Amino acid sequence: MELFFEFFSFQDASIISVVIGSILLTSSSAVVGTFTFLKKKALLGDAVAHAVLPGICLAFILSGTKNPLILIIGAFITGWLSLITIDFIGSRTKLKEDTAIALVLSVFFGVGILMLTSIQHSGNAAQTGLDSFLFGNAAALIGTDLIVFAFVSLVLFGVVSLLFKEMKILAFDPSFAQVIGLPVKTLELVLTSITVLAVVTGIQAVGVVLMAAMLITPAAAARFWTQNVLHMTLIAGVLGAFSGLAGAFVSYSAPTMPTGPWIVMVISIIALISFFLAPKRGILSRNLQQRSLRHLIMDENLLKELYHIGEKDNTPFKERSIAAIMRERFFPEGQLKSGLIRLKRKGFLVNKDGRWKFTQLGYEKGQRMVKLHRLWELYLSEYLKIAPDHVHEDAETIEHVITPELEARLEKMLAFPETDPHEKKIPY
Amino acid sequence: MKVEATNPAVEFHDLTVSYDKKPVLWNIDMTLPQGALIGIVGPNGAGKSTLIKAAMGLLPLGSGYVRLFNQSLDEVRHRVSYVPQRESVDWDFPTSVLDVVLMGRYGKLGLFRRPSNTDKEIAMNCLKKVGMEAFTKRQISQLSGGQQQRVFLARALAQEADIYFMDEPFAGVDAATESALLGILQGLAKEGKTVVVVHHDLQSAAEFFDWIVLLNLRLVACGPIKDVFTNKLLQDTYGGKLTVLAEVGELVKNREIPSREKY
Repeated sequence: MELFFEFFSFQDASIISVVIGSILLTSSSAVVGTFTFLKKKALLGDAVAHAVLPGICLAFILSGTKNPLILIIGAFITGWLSLITIDFIGSRTKLKEDTAIALVLSVFFGVGILMLTSIQHSGNAAQTGLDSFLFGNAAALIGTDLIVFAFVSLVLFGVVSLLFKEMKILAFDPSFAQVIGLPVKTLELVLTSITVLAVVTGIQAVGVVLMAAMLITPAAAARFWTQNVLHMTLIAGVLGAFSGLAGAFVSYSAPTMPTGPWIVMVISIIALISFFLAPKRGILSRNLQQRSLRHLIMDENLLKELYHIGEKDNTPFKERSIAAIMRERFFPEGQLKSGLIRLKRKGFLVNKDGRWKFTQLGYEKGQRMVKLHRLWELYLSEYLKIAPDHVHEDAETIEHVITPELEARLEKMLAFPETDPHEKKIPY
Repeated sequence: MKVEATNPAVEFHDLTVSYDKKPVLWNIDMTLPQGALIGIVGPNGAGKSTLIKAAMGLLPLGSGYVRLFNQSLDEVRHRVSYVPQRESVDWDFPTSVLDVVLMGRYGKLGLFRRPSNTDKEIAMNCLKKVGMEAFTKRQISQLSGGQQQRVFLARALAQEADIYFMDEPFAGVDAATESALLGILQGLAKEGKTVVVVHHDLQSAAEFFDWIVLLNLRLVACGPIKDVFTNKLLQDTYGGKLTVLAEVGELVKNREIPSREKY
């Protein structure tokens, strides 16, 4: 806890530097990743992330230093090379894109690991810390490293905000974009370049192995909260920034621990929460909608059956026992009882000594359900020429769907019929 | 049977197009008149969509060329509007109806610039024309098939073009949308705009269009509807006489023979 306050008081200059660095890196890759996500190119992002490792190692071997600018250039080159290779395999052979991606990812990463191992055994003292590119080390974001990486992040933000409209149409409808004369090929090139750059800068904080998660997960989480590309991009950026901050804190409190897994854990938890809790698109909210729909159907069925019972003995407002309702139609007992209680709460029924009867409101609603059921049966047999003994099942579903407008149209079309195909009276 | 247009808006000159190395259009050579509502009709797999995609520069041409208003596509892009097939985009994309229609203005806007209030007004007007003004803010994922098609048409109208290429705009739409769309297209033709529509339904084609292109891998016929819509020509288009052409196409694809020799 003490550590927590120490960190978030931001008194140490190196803390500020690490925090700013991590936030810029993770949020810029999240913003760029939004378009990778919208273009459904998540796997390509993963391939690029793994493919930058040999570039970093090669840049180090050739230059002998860990100058961040040189490492970025090396990473950028092999990142691009991997995309070109995937494209080449896809267009020149009959292999599908997923095969090409898997091949390129593992070959490039394998070569990278090979180089990294040989560098580590070379006895070169400058190499210490190079392995932090595997899983990320936010604590290293100080001095020139910070300046270089932060600059690249700002460039990424700049490009996305300048070309936002173009990126949007490129993701939504590229052939339309081409027809109206936008330079689609160039824009694709720009988008790919900033994706590679986002990966390249993000690896300092997250590492090559988990970088794809940083590109895609914030966008996937943001998608659950909004229906607007701009908002989605902003939310993804904020979520990315938050996970970067968490990563910086971990890096500070446990310097030996790699940052990448922590950042990815934080963003994944945010994504999980979004999948479950987001309004409308979230799983919980969809389940709730389903449940209230099931309740509605149950309630309408109960009112309908009570009306049927009353229709038979001509005393619609008589009190009925649960057993009497069950005789009319079987319902699972628990659902039946909770349905009756719901209907009482809504003012459709009243109960006395375990027996239930209609209020005026409930009677009218029950009558309407019976009417809709029989109208639909008649419609099916008259307009669709379906045999009378085949219409009941369908009407059981459709009666819950028909709106008052449709109801009025049906009545008019069928000219307020007296009876349904089974010669039962249609009540008005 | 081929009638040349006196004042052509579009000229296809000896056009051959391959798709995934397989030739799907052979030697298309025709002209289409200005200010007409033109239907491209033919059976499934006849290359109807391929023809307008080739005209829009979306597919590489094996040979020949397309000219619009006697100029190349790049010179007249601002006068050309395109409605792709409805299924060609992801309708779950997080954006609103107005946003999609505004995309029709992007060509005139050019790079970096954002849509102005005038652009928004134009987009709103186009939505009104297609009867979708009540859906401006609606998410595109909530639209029905017919509404999606109306939105695509509104986007095309927002381009304020002189020639419209539409890929199956009547596919899978309700009767109300069909007559609304047809009304708009006829209105455009009356204003002197040229409207080229890929259409799969023979029966309605006879009622919709002034000028018909019958297509089945090669051009069977083109001209005013009264000359072209004959039993004989329709049989040529839909009959199974073209199996040789299709088989040769397969051969070319399988053996990877270039569709035109270079020397």
